[in-house]
Amino acid sequence: MLAKRIIPCLDVSAGRVVKGVNFIELRDAGDPVEVARRYDEQGADEITFLDITASSDDRNIILHVVEQVAEQVFIPLTVGGGVRTVDDVRRLLNAGADKVSINTAAVNNPQVVADAAGKVGSQCIVVAIDAKQVAPGKWEVFTHGGRNRTGLDVVEWAQKIASLGAGEILLTSMDRDGTKNGFDLGLTRAVSDAVSIPVIASGGVGSLDHLADGVTLGRADAVLAASIFHFGDHTVREAKELMRARGIEVRL
Amino acid sequence: MSKVAIIDYGMGNLRSVAKAIEHVASDATIVVTADPQEVLSADRVVFPGQGAMPDCMRELDARGLRPAVLEAAKNKPFLGICIGQQMLFEHSEEGNVPGLGIFKGEVRRFPADKMVAADGSRLKVPHMGWNEVWQKQAHPLWDGIEDGARFYYVHSYYVDPADPALVAATTDYGIPFTGAVAQANIFAIQFHPEKSAQAGLQLLSNFMCWKP
Repeated sequence: MLAKRIIPCLDVSAGRVVKGVNFIELRDAGDPVEVARRYDEQGADEITFLDITASSDDRNIILHVVEQVAEQVFIPLTVGGGVRTVDDVRRLLNAGADKVSINTAAVNNPQVVADAAGKVGSQCIVVAIDAKQVAPGKWEVFTHGGRNRTGLDVVEWAQKIASLGAGEILLTSMDRDGTKNGFDLGLTRAVSDAVSIPVIASGGVGSLDHLADGVTLGRADAVLAASIFHFGDHTVREAKELMRARGIEVRL
Repeated sequence: MSKVAIIDYGMGNLRSVAKAIEHVASDATIVVTADPQEVLSADRVVFPGQGAMPDCMRELDARGLRPAVLEAAKNKPFLGICIGQQMLFEHSEEGNVPGLGIFKGEVRRFPADKMVAADGSRLKVPHMGWNEVWQKQAHPLWDGIEDGARFYYVHSYYVDPADPALVAATTDYGIPFTGAVAQANIFAIQFHPEKSAQAGLQLLSNFMCWKP
């Protein structure tokens, strides 16, 4: 059986892993290659890098990071953050990324999803959706870290980008992000049931049980978390052991 | 010293494949090449592929690589990966295109009506992630790899060989499908060894030592 995936997410700024709460008080948390290797050793199924480099001068640094990691860590790598054009996608793939995540650019111009998938294949294209609940059972797509409304319904948007050729959806609840209260399971389930492509749940993980809930109740195909692994609270292996104990198929 | 050619016809990044082989065979000469002569002079050949099979076939021919691939597949240790496995077959449902026809059989899409998990939930396509690879024949490329070991897959189509004796491994995803085929000097896999951590590196190491 196909295993449910656990994906640690690393925020990278100007070539260093940083950690902080809600993008405030960012602290240096090490060399991306070292951190990625550690997660690989713990049994991470993939690794996602989110480039949060503020200065445009430093944006190419992420390419070097990806090159170095891809030389030493032989599991899939996804990179997102500031990806706007098909050229951006190609550069990251050529550096060694396996998948590239597009967020705001897809909202501004959905055609970029189709163009990118047409050029490099759907399997390389992840569309990231930042969602906020606006009514019971209803969520809206936001951009810019949850500040800008788009007017798009999350479920309809998910179906649209799937039909445009996205290979996977990275779904983040902006209501839960940073709260440690667990995934928005209603949101996760609504999107996962509405599309035929895999959905990665994100935002709000505070315990290992939350990861398992994302799969069992949210029907996510993969679960992504940052702080629960970064701050040394838990290892990926512990997460997998708990998921297995709860009857979830994992790679251990 | 052994020279391995990774055939580059412009479909996707081959850096990971090259780096993974370098990791397990540091004394080998690794060339990522679109030059038919380089392919023909290599001791071993890796035939990868990403994206859609119609594009892959077109780009292979645009670079004049078809004769070299067919020649290499006759006698050199030859490893097909992902679309590089699919292209060895006669025909694909993807874009309704012919393949190289080295093996008889069809490349099929996962059937929508069978994509249901045991708990009734929908199985997603692409089939993306780590799944169990069940070995169907003893083969040097499985040395040191447990039966049922997990490898990383990402694909929507799979090969359906006409000759069941070709099947070297199967994986279950809604249906049992062929994950690996083997015949004489050819071994071809749907999953990505370069992204499959230790099991994948072991398979690549086995390939680099293989004397069919």
